[in-house]
Amino acid sequence: MEIILENWPMLLGGIGTTIALTVLGYGFALILGTALAVCRVSPIPPLRGAATVYVEIFRNIPLLSLLILIAFGLPDAGLLLPYFWCGVLGLTLSSAAFVCENVRSGINTVPIGHAEAARSIGLGFFGVLRYVVLPQAFRTMISPLVNVFIGTLIGSSLCAAISVAEITYVTQQLNIRTAEAVLLFLVAGVIYLALSLAAASGGIALEKALAPGRRRRPTTTQAMMGAQQA
Amino acid sequence: MPMTDARDTPVPPPDGAAAAVGEPLISVRGVSKLFGDFAALKDIDLDIHRGEVVALIGASGSGKSTLCRCINRLETVSDGVITVDGRPLPEEGRELARLRSEVGMVFQSFNLFPHLRAVENVTLGPMKVRGVPKAEARAEAMELLARVGLQGKEHSLPAQLSGGQQQRVAIARALAMHPKAMLFDEPTSALDPEVIKEVLDVMTELAEAGMTMLVVTHEMGFARHVCDRVVFMDSGEIVESAEPEAFFTAPRSQRAKDFLGKVLAH
Repeated sequence: MEIILENWPMLLGGIGTTIALTVLGYGFALILGTALAVCRVSPIPPLRGAATVYVEIFRNIPLLSLLILIAFGLPDAGLLLPYFWCGVLGLTLSSAAFVCENVRSGINTVPIGHAEAARSIGLGFFGVLRYVVLPQAFRTMISPLVNVFIGTLIGSSLCAAISVAEITYVTQQLNIRTAEAVLLFLVAGVIYLALSLAAASGGIALEKALAPGRRRRPTTTQAMMGAQQA
Repeated sequence: MPMTDARDTPVPPPDGAAAAVGEPLISVRGVSKLFGDFAALKDIDLDIHRGEVVALIGASGSGKSTLCRCINRLETVSDGVITVDGRPLPEEGRELARLRSEVGMVFQSFNLFPHLRAVENVTLGPMKVRGVPKAEARAEAMELLARVGLQGKEHSLPAQLSGGQQQRVAIARALAMHPKAMLFDEPTSALDPEVIKEVLDVMTELAEAGMTMLVVTHEMGFARHVCDRVVFMDSGEIVESAEPEAFFTAPRSQRAKDFLGKVLAH
């Protein structure tokens, strides 16, 4: 336990870096992923194709490979980024592919008739998306987007491989000095768990906040369990 | 409503006779629509004149809804030309979006935007498509909702309204764009019997006010008593086009006789 107390500032720095990596990577991934999803549902075939290729590449490359390629490949291409930003870039590129798929499937949960009704009053592609489809889709996307957030958080641990001093890296360094692997990684695990749970409860609160004044309908899960009570 | 002789024939003759009633507001010429190998519409010709109320009837799968959707370009046509107010419908893009709003559409399943309140459903088009200021759009929306009998329901969400009320909001939403014509695609087919009348009443009022309307419907009473003309479709073709009384009392084709025999049996 002394190890933890003595090295607390170092661990705290690690937590800060993990949060920074996750928030930045996820934030950029939300923007890029939504743009990609718009491309994937757009009426322009080359845009649809390009977005599909992007998704298939970046969700199928292991994040670790991607991070190493960015950290050690980009300098060869003449672009020298600090390792922290290499980590943010890798997390963004990878998470954006998942965000894209979630946004796209969220869009597809909106009944086709709503989009047709929106077109029939004269709204164009972006108008239909912005005023009718996305506001409805957003609520169904919260839960899967929380999953992507957690994926980004956990994925950020791989940035240890490119020497970004986040929790996992710090834990490894302490382990090298003290050889207390079980204790140290248990602490790291608890920290990740706490951050993930915080993110998940934030998502649930958001979901509730976005269902204003509406009588809650029973969910399919409740119907399967035969629950009658509201 | 002016009655004309040209109305009785499905295709006005190409000589001067058509000029007597002016240019049709909606003109469908040689339109075909294929879904894969299946021909939903086969070489359709149909003119709808200003102020005319046309009932489009026929069995399920006869192509009525497809024709309705083609006129609003929710479906593209495989062949032929559709013009609205003399202008052919463009392929896609901004121009089409603008023209589309000149023809209002009411759907079987209402398709209200569930995240918006009744009044917001009505103001969305005017504000976002036409750039009407919010206060003005709202005032008109309140007026339209009152016109369809929904005073006091302006701030309800669609989920809090009955089917009949939702469909009337949908009619107000289409009217808010000041359309030149209205298309109704089976507007009462998803409604409970006791609320069908409140929707038909609103449509009858619209017809009496001179709105040009094409109504896909199974409500034979409405077709007979409110419409100026009945167009009967079967297997993607227009089989008959006649004045309601003539059609319902003395259909000319065997297919129309069979159809009426089934729907008017009781």
